[in-house]
Amino acid sequence: MEATHAQDHGHGHPTGLMRWITTTNHKDIGTLYLWFAFIMLLAGGCLALLIRAELFQPGMQVVTPEFFNQLTTLHGLIMVFGAIMPAMVGFANWQVPMMIGAPDMAFPRMNNWSFWLLPVAAIMLVSSFFVPGGASAGGWTMYPPLFLQGGISNDMTIFAVHILGISSIMGAINIVTTILNMRAPGMTMMKMPLFVWTWLITAYLLIAVMPVLAGTVTMLLTDRHFGTNFFNAAGGGDPVMFQHIFWFFGHPEVYIMILPAFGIVSQVIPAFARKPLFGYASMVYATGSIAILSFIVWAHHMFTTGMPTSAQLFFMYATMLIAVPTGVKVFNWVATMWRGSMTFETPMLFAIGFVCLFTIGGFTGLVLAITPVDIQLQDTYYVVAHFHYVLVSGSLYAIFAGVYFWLPKWTGRMYDEKLGKLHFWLSTIFFNILFFPMHFLGLAGMPRRIPDYALQFADFNALATIGAFGFGLSQLILLVVVLKCIKSGAKAADHTWEGADSLEWTHLSSPPPYHSFVTPPVVK
Amino acid sequence: MGALAALMSMAAWAEESKYNLPTPQSEVAQEIFDLHILIMWVCVGIFVVVFGAMFYSIWKHRKSVGHKAAHFHENTTVEVVWTIIPFIILTAMAIPSTKAVLNMRDASNPDITIKVTAYQWKWEYDYRTEGIKFLSTMSTPRDQIEGSAKKGDNYLLEVDNAMVVPVGKKVRLLLTANDVIHAWWVPAFGIKQDAIPGYIKDAWFIAKTPGTFRGQCAELCGKDHGFMPIVVEVKSADDYAKWVADQKAKTAAVTLDPNKTYSAGELKAQGEKVYAANCAACHQANGAGLPPAFPAITGSKIATGDKAAHIAIVMNGKPGTAMAAFGKQLNDVDLAAVVSYERNALGNKTGDLVQPADIKALRK
Amino acid sequence: MSDHQAGSYYLPEPSGWPIVGSAAVALLTSGLVMWSNHIASGGWVILAGLLVLFYMMFGWFGTVIAESESGKYDQQVDRSFRWGMSWFIFSEVMFFAAFFGALFYMRVLSVPWLGEGDTNAMLWEGFKATWPTAGPLGAENIGFGKEVAAGANQFSPMEALGIPAINTLILLTSGVTLTVAHWGLKKGNRGQLNLWLALTVLLGVVFLGLQAYEYHHAYTKMGLTLGAGAYGATFFMLTGFHGLHVTIGTIMLAVILVRCLKGHFKPESHFAFEAVSWYWHFVDVVWLGLFVFVYWL
Ligand code: HEA
Ligand code: HEA
Ligand code: HEC
Ligand code: CUA
Ligand SMILES: [Cu+2]
Repeated sequence: MEATHAQDHGHGHPTGLMRWITTTNHKDIGTLYLWFAFIMLLAGGCLALLIRAELFQPGMQVVTPEFFNQLTTLHGLIMVFGAIMPAMVGFANWQVPMMIGAPDMAFPRMNNWSFWLLPVAAIMLVSSFFVPGGASAGGWTMYPPLFLQGGISNDMTIFAVHILGISSIMGAINIVTTILNMRAPGMTMMKMPLFVWTWLITAYLLIAVMPVLAGTVTMLLTDRHFGTNFFNAAGGGDPVMFQHIFWFFGHPEVYIMILPAFGIVSQVIPAFARKPLFGYASMVYATGSIAILSFIVWAHHMFTTGMPTSAQLFFMYATMLIAVPTGVKVFNWVATMWRGSMTFETPMLFAIGFVCLFTIGGFTGLVLAITPVDIQLQDTYYVVAHFHYVLVSGSLYAIFAGVYFWLPKWTGRMYDEKLGKLHFWLSTIFFNILFFPMHFLGLAGMPRRIPDYALQFADFNALATIGAFGFGLSQLILLVVVLKCIKSGAKAADHTWEGADSLEWTHLSSPPPYHSFVTPPVVK
Repeated sequence: MGALAALMSMAAWAEESKYNLPTPQSEVAQEIFDLHILIMWVCVGIFVVVFGAMFYSIWKHRKSVGHKAAHFHENTTVEVVWTIIPFIILTAMAIPSTKAVLNMRDASNPDITIKVTAYQWKWEYDYRTEGIKFLSTMSTPRDQIEGSAKKGDNYLLEVDNAMVVPVGKKVRLLLTANDVIHAWWVPAFGIKQDAIPGYIKDAWFIAKTPGTFRGQCAELCGKDHGFMPIVVEVKSADDYAKWVADQKAKTAAVTLDPNKTYSAGELKAQGEKVYAANCAACHQANGAGLPPAFPAITGSKIATGDKAAHIAIVMNGKPGTAMAAFGKQLNDVDLAAVVSYERNALGNKTGDLVQPADIKALRK
Repeated sequence: MSDHQAGSYYLPEPSGWPIVGSAAVALLTSGLVMWSNHIASGGWVILAGLLVLFYMMFGWFGTVIAESESGKYDQQVDRSFRWGMSWFIFSEVMFFAAFFGALFYMRVLSVPWLGEGDTNAMLWEGFKATWPTAGPLGAENIGFGKEVAAGANQFSPMEALGIPAINTLILLTSGVTLTVAHWGLKKGNRGQLNLWLALTVLLGVVFLGLQAYEYHHAYTKMGLTLGAGAYGATFFMLTGFHGLHVTIGTIMLAVILVRCLKGHFKPESHFAFEAVSWYWHFVDVVWLGLFVFVYWL
């Protein structure tokens, strides 16, 4: 991605490290976001491998129970806030201005700050492993009263979440403003590429729910140190109230991680099917409906807390409804492929993998939405399987698809197709070895967040661990592909993929100029 | 994938399968079992149809076989159809689900009510009407966990005192917790209910057959969350009555006299038991603790300093830490014994003793 | 500037301010972590963080003001600012929503639960669910307008009449004075602008003074503290965060006042003024919510 600046002016601009620290350019910042996300993916992945190593066999072998809980907690936090979300923002930075015909983001300086807050939060989180008592061990969901116990690291986690929240809100405001105000003449809302639409809606979700998360972790902080009783029955509070407020953020949060993925896939599939996206308008409406519904389903994470029966029923129905717009999306993707003229380069492989495996995750989500069934499955490995299908083979696969898809545009060079395909096939095989058995573990009764388990769960756990190491190693291929591409890839054509039709392909060179569109293109 | 899922679930028909929910032992669990099977097969069906179409297309509409792209990109009719059909399917799913929820939540007219209180990391069962109350802790020895002994059949799923219920009777559980949130879960009965500190939540089951059924705490509750099993023994009406009688007799026999003054030896002997059962999880059997999260008792300023402060922390705990208030859990004799034990064993030697009367005086 | 003037939309040069801001946030948050865990020197780290933050704000906003005054911003940039500010205010609304949510949850759900059924009978016998309350083990509510002796485990909730009502009037008035100032600006009547703006700032300061007095009184005379259970927590967190926003708003108004006195802003373009006034009206509306749900009902 170094090559972006090849033919650029940039005289008088800082170079070296200072270039990255002071940059106000959407492409530089997008690059920073993506690298940051990748590093966090490796960090979070290494924690996951430690988890899997401990779970390879029954008995305690590798870590202590306290440390195991720290690993689980930080793995969740780092993956969600450090890997997936920043990667998606990285895509938005690179692609949104190019796709709507803008010179840059609306607020370039604030854009820089949104990024440079992330390392602060990451350092805060990771360094909490080294304070007395170790890192937070209450799960990424931070439920009190457990989270009220425990030491200084919990405060570090709270503030890290605050910083991440500020960063996300600023990033989202930037994206919304860019999309609403910087479109090229003629680019009406209903002509925007679907990726732009999904990000518009995602950004709206971010602005709506990140402050709520900030609010609730603030209550945790004051309960911990300043004598308030939000989550303490003796003072009239309720520990379950935290869960309500947290999941009011938390459920939209999972769509924050998946909607941009839908967007990426909706760019990739038409390009390789050589056929326009089927049902563009209904895709837009479906995305909107998912966003709206996402605000009224949060308590499906809380079916076992003993809510009133009416609430259980309401949240069950609302949650089930989400299958309708999501189904529309899946059907539209299939219809886009239908009678196309398909080729299967790496981005397409990951996109197809996405549609297929994400749907499995969606179906298990639906199973979990059925309250009585969730009673058996809540807090088991079935849930762990569900959310890794939607997050890893969902969000992460879409990120991979997007990286392969746009790498030629970003760097001006072609990636190694053979290695890319190898990356896809190894990932997919190991992914399923890793997470498919977890469904059975959950059904058979293995709770999540435990460092040791009863003997009947041994085989599937061993299998999952093997899958985990295989999947982890496979990700190194991605690193090799990207580095090779930057260093020595063959020159890529401006319009790399013949079926792709958004502005960055049709109007810009590969790599694109420093300011994407100095004069806005006119869109017919 | 779909075919694989189908195959695996085929195997799931076998009893006590590794691939499915455990064999239901209550009506609710049965309902859940059936519901899950139903929903899963509907999903598998949809999966096969949708991805059958997709893979057909992938196979037939390849560029490499010379397929030319069509140009259609919308069709209101099919779009409406595939919005409405899923909606109808979902509505059909919602009906049995709703019935199951209503049944599951109807805890009225129980035969027996048991109050279950969760502590870090044990369960307390309080049979309100029978006047029986005991703690239930995992009984798997440490060396099995650490791998220096062979793991038993019920590794991690065995307790010292199981909960006992009669077969065929409606048992209502009243759940709460003393420190953090836990969840009482026995898959065979189809119950999972969070125990929330400060609130009582209820759940119920009717066990269909006698036997021993196992479960685990299902909400992250700290260090030993993975070591907080639940065992329920379902007995015939007669056996249950016998058990109740035994328990009552045992409680009467064991209760030590809180008005007596005990010798150092007696206190230490009793204290050692209490310590092992209640304190060793955190402060370790040898008193070394797991600093910094769990301080050592050996050489602790509190355990070797002022008696009153020592009693106070054991009785009242320390809010905001894992150190619970044991004043509510333990009786006067046990409290006196465990404090005396900590002060005169585990490498400490203060020489002073605490008597039940000292505790009683602090109770008011 | 030519090469970075892409189209007409102003694109800033690389800037060092954001990283300074990140350093400030790093200091501020680690200071807060240290301070809340009683680690010595936490307070100093917080102070350092605040200083760096102010330095950053001066520098960053100074740059923006200079760019604005030298006419680099066009209509489209102006629209960006409007969108940006609106979405920012929306995010603030959601922040308050979290705390209002907590208030409603406790009043409507959790406190009544504690007062009824098995929960009440087995765990909190004798607790009557009323509002305001500090919960079953919290201080006892002895009713409005009573003095509480020091050390007694009692509190007296805040009445709506008195200071809160006066503060409501003050904020509502300040909304009006700000609008009058805005009219002045639009008409090009700088005298009117400066006078009414100064008045608005003054009203903000008076509001804060009264609130400080109210807090002091609550802590010393009414037994009403952050620790006073559900009521105390929601009361102070809601009014406290609101007060913080009034403080920020007042400072921003003061900065705008200084700029007005220096002759900044034109009748047809003065976005900074409008942004601050939007913010001020938002703070005003939040107060109305507080007045109704925290003090009155
Ligand atoms: C990207 C993230 C993502 C996404 C997209 C989803 C999507 C969904 N999730 Fe998931 N979920 C998580 C991430 C995600 N989830 C995480 C992280 C957790 C755990 C958090 C924690 O506790 O740590 C979780 C937990 C979770 C639970 C709580 C489990 C528990 O703890 O007990 C539930 C329960 O209802 C649930 C449901 C759903 C549903 C119904 C969807 C739906 O959106 C899925 C919709 C999709 C489909 C249904 C497939 C496609 C549709 C068709 C092909 C149409 C036809 C279909 C039918 C008619 C059936 N999820
Ligand atoms: C958001 C995205 C995301 C992603 C991408 C992942 C990725 C992975 N997760 Fe996930 N996970 C979560 C989100 C995610 N997870 C969340 C939210 C939780 C809940 C936390 C909680 O309960 O609080 C969770 C919990 C969770 C658990 C349950 C823990 C428990 O309940 O105790 C497990 C257990 O197996 C697990 C495993 C894995 C594995 C093996 C991967 C793999 O996909 C990781 C693969 C990546 C790498 C391995 C790194 C790259 C490779 C290298 C650096 C090279 C070196 C590698 C080798 C030497 C082999 N995760
Ligand atoms: C769930 C874990 C846990 C259990 C069980 C537990 N403790 Fe503790 N204990 C702690 C923690 C954590 C602290 C530290 C509290 C603090 O931060 O001051 C502590 C502190 C103490 C101290 C003060 C030590 C010091 O020097 O600060 C004593 C004495 C003590 N516990 C006694 C007991 C006794 C007696 C029991 C059993 C009846 C017991 N504890 C059971 C977690 C536990
Ligand atoms: Cu108790 Cu988990
Ligand atoms: Cu959810």
